[in-house]
Amino acid sequence: MKKSRLTMVLAALLPLFLFLFPLWKITLEAPQYPTPLGMYIYINDFADANPHDIKNINLMNHYVGMKYIPDAIPEFKIFPIVIIITTIIGLVVAAKGNHKWYLYWFIMMLLVSTAGLIDFYIWEYEYGHDLDPRAIMKFTNPDGSVMGFQPPFFGSKDILNFRAHSYPQLGAYFLAIGIALGYVAYYVGKKEKQTVKTSS
Amino acid sequence: MKKCTYSLLMLLGFALTFMGCGEQSKSSNGALTSNAAEKVYVAPGEHDEFYAFLSGGFSGQLSVYGLPSGRLLKIIPVFSQDAEKAWGYNEETKPMLNTSHGFVPWDDAHHPDISQTNGELDGRWVFINGNNTPRIAKIDLSVFETTEIIEIPNSAGNHSSAFVTENTEYVVAGTRFSVPVPQRDMPIAEYKGNFKGALTFISVDPEDGGMDIKFQLMMPGFDYDLSHPGRGKSHGWFFFTTYNTEEASSLLEVNASQNDKDFIAAVNWKKIEEYVNNGGGTKMPANYAHNVYDEETHTATSTMKKEVLVVNPTEVPGAVFFLPTPKSPHGCDVDPTGQYIIGNGKLSADLTVHSFDKMIAAIEGKKFDGEAYGIPILKFEDVLAGQVKSGGLGPLHTEFDGEGNAYTSFFISSEVVKWKLGTWEVVDRQPCYYSVGHLMIPGGNSRKPFGKYVVAMNKITKDRYLPTGPEVTQSAQLYDISGEKMELLLDFPTVGEPHYAAGIAADIVKERSKKIFELKDNKHKYGIQSDSDVRVERNGKEVHVYMSMIRSHFNPDNIEGIKVGDKVYFHVTNLEQDYDVPHGISIIGANTSELLIMPGQTETFVWEPKQPGVWPFYCTDFCSALHQEMQGYVRVSPANSNIDLKWSLGE
Ligand SMILES: [Cu+2]
Repeated sequence: MKKSRLTMVLAALLPLFLFLFPLWKITLEAPQYPTPLGMYIYINDFADANPHDIKNINLMNHYVGMKYIPDAIPEFKIFPIVIIITTIIGLVVAAKGNHKWYLYWFIMMLLVSTAGLIDFYIWEYEYGHDLDPRAIMKFTNPDGSVMGFQPPFFGSKDILNFRAHSYPQLGAYFLAIGIALGYVAYYVGKKEKQTVKTSS
Repeated sequence: MKKCTYSLLMLLGFALTFMGCGEQSKSSNGALTSNAAEKVYVAPGEHDEFYAFLSGGFSGQLSVYGLPSGRLLKIIPVFSQDAEKAWGYNEETKPMLNTSHGFVPWDDAHHPDISQTNGELDGRWVFINGNNTPRIAKIDLSVFETTEIIEIPNSAGNHSSAFVTENTEYVVAGTRFSVPVPQRDMPIAEYKGNFKGALTFISVDPEDGGMDIKFQLMMPGFDYDLSHPGRGKSHGWFFFTTYNTEEASSLLEVNASQNDKDFIAAVNWKKIEEYVNNGGGTKMPANYAHNVYDEETHTATSTMKKEVLVVNPTEVPGAVFFLPTPKSPHGCDVDPTGQYIIGNGKLSADLTVHSFDKMIAAIEGKKFDGEAYGIPILKFEDVLAGQVKSGGLGPLHTEFDGEGNAYTSFFISSEVVKWKLGTWEVVDRQPCYYSVGHLMIPGGNSRKPFGKYVVAMNKITKDRYLPTGPEVTQSAQLYDISGEKMELLLDFPTVGEPHYAAGIAADIVKERSKKIFELKDNKHKYGIQSDSDVRVERNGKEVHVYMSMIRSHFNPDNIEGIKVGDKVYFHVTNLEQDYDVPHGISIIGANTSELLIMPGQTETFVWEPKQPGVWPFYCTDFCSALHQEMQGYVRVSPANSNIDLKWSLGE
């Protein structure tokens, strides 16, 4: 098999690791939590970093009126389907063997991932800003507006007594490598075609 | 009366110490000028290297200290009611203190011992004896709570106890006082020949630690003082010191001190076990309580047992022998190799060390020096390994560092003496402040002691601390024994009167320590899993409140429809699943104590309102920023009112 096609097959398959490894992790550090509280986000679920972490995050956050982290969100149904479909498309494209289509797959994956990240940001924003007006503790920003408790989208940030971290995990890396390999497949495929042309 | 003798002897002891060792005590003070503080300093946030479990004596508790800092970590109620933790007050733990004499919420807790596997401490359980109403308790070190108590029938003053064999096959309960067996009305003066001393072997389930009396060896009517298991080559044997071999029943300080030598009773328990397994022994009617706390139901049950298997030592030839030992020996200690059995004659100046090999040879050669009640007495010279001529007074207890050294406490001359096994020469001695009873080297009762520190448990404190009226704190002292010379590092106060202690490397225990109880595993009869299970039910005059608690509210927090004369059971479940977040609850007029409920646990208290009114309850453990708001009300109406039961939260 051609190198490009092999690369494309690999590109299409790597995102499937999202079903094994988490996509993202949010960690909350505070002095009274020597073991920080943490939450993994999988393609289809939220999960405790240590037993009962999400329950304890909810308990902490209810003081400022944040909603409980839901057991499930609609995205957990959509994302897995999307990944399975894009993988199938990727495999079909690989079978077809036209390198131009590798590029289209790559662009499609970029768009899908961007949409996912935007969705994640919106979820985080709502989680951090949609506060119960009867919250026990109310905090305002220096400009007088109501303080939000949105965890960082990427990186680390102080929220009251917590330091919050938000970073991609293994699943996300596999997705990223898969997407990148789509482009590599396209690039290699293009080279292969040129070599075939010049040699003939 | 005995105390008087001690104090007289003590005076004499002090005099001797001051006259004889004046030079030495001056030089030993020099030790304190070294970096003792540095050696016991455990920086904030750092952990101690060892756990030390010190019995509370008359407090009935077991206190847990960190070494070398001497910081108090926990007090575990064992044979005592404890309002701090509702132990013995809540409905779940009341059965733990049940006995054949009824509810006995106190005992005299003496000798803790840590479970072993292959002769090494495994850190799973601590066993400790209740002296007064004979009992053995098991403390589970995953939760640091008492989870089982078994009463010992036919016993009185359960003192030579609770020591474990090298695979925790057995924990023993030897009676200090001999008594009529079975108990009966008879003249005390007819003690001699009629009273019996029961040595009880309690089997321990290797999986869950469950205790069960396997057999009771019905020995002559002496006083059985302390005991130790054999180990290594002497594994399979158990040794008990005796006093009052005179069998006096009155003025024992004189009458029980007449014999120049008392005995160490050597018991081949493996032989008796075999005899029992083959159907030997006699079943005898008895009545004793066996109390077990179940971690899933968070509830104890008390069962009365009606039978015990009794073994007459003369029926098992070759199983029991007496080793003559001067003079009213107290401590009975076996070195880590299992070769030497040390009898600490508390009225003697010397230590008597018996040799296990010589004992076996003497038994095989049948070199007996008569018998007592059919039990062969071995010849003193035939079993003697050596004597430590110490010059101290009143040796009580010997521990070992695993490097061939032994450390003996001397009560009367108030010192710890270090000596060498085999050569019997004294290497070093350090004064105690004052009147040391027992001492402890972590792992001392095992094949592998952690020979770094020795802790002396002193009976008298006098001027060592700020005075607090006539009753001053009891005290322990920590010595560094890593060098040739011992070095006093630290004084620290203790709870109750510590009679004995056991210590273990912290790493063995702390990894197993539980952080919470899993709520989903909570099988308490009245436990609830979530707020949807919250309810109040009436059953005649009984009202059952199924309540939950979580930061920072109770559910329900308003209850109405309770009447004067009701018996209200509050079954409260802590729904938290976070480490170190217990909540408490109590209500005005409660006649027991608060509850202190761990995450995932359910506890129950009974409240019998006597007056109409609206009565508050609240959280008693500062749990969160809104702890002070964690409260509620119960409305109590007159007995004849017909207000319906009603409960709510947030309405
Ligand atoms: Cu509370």
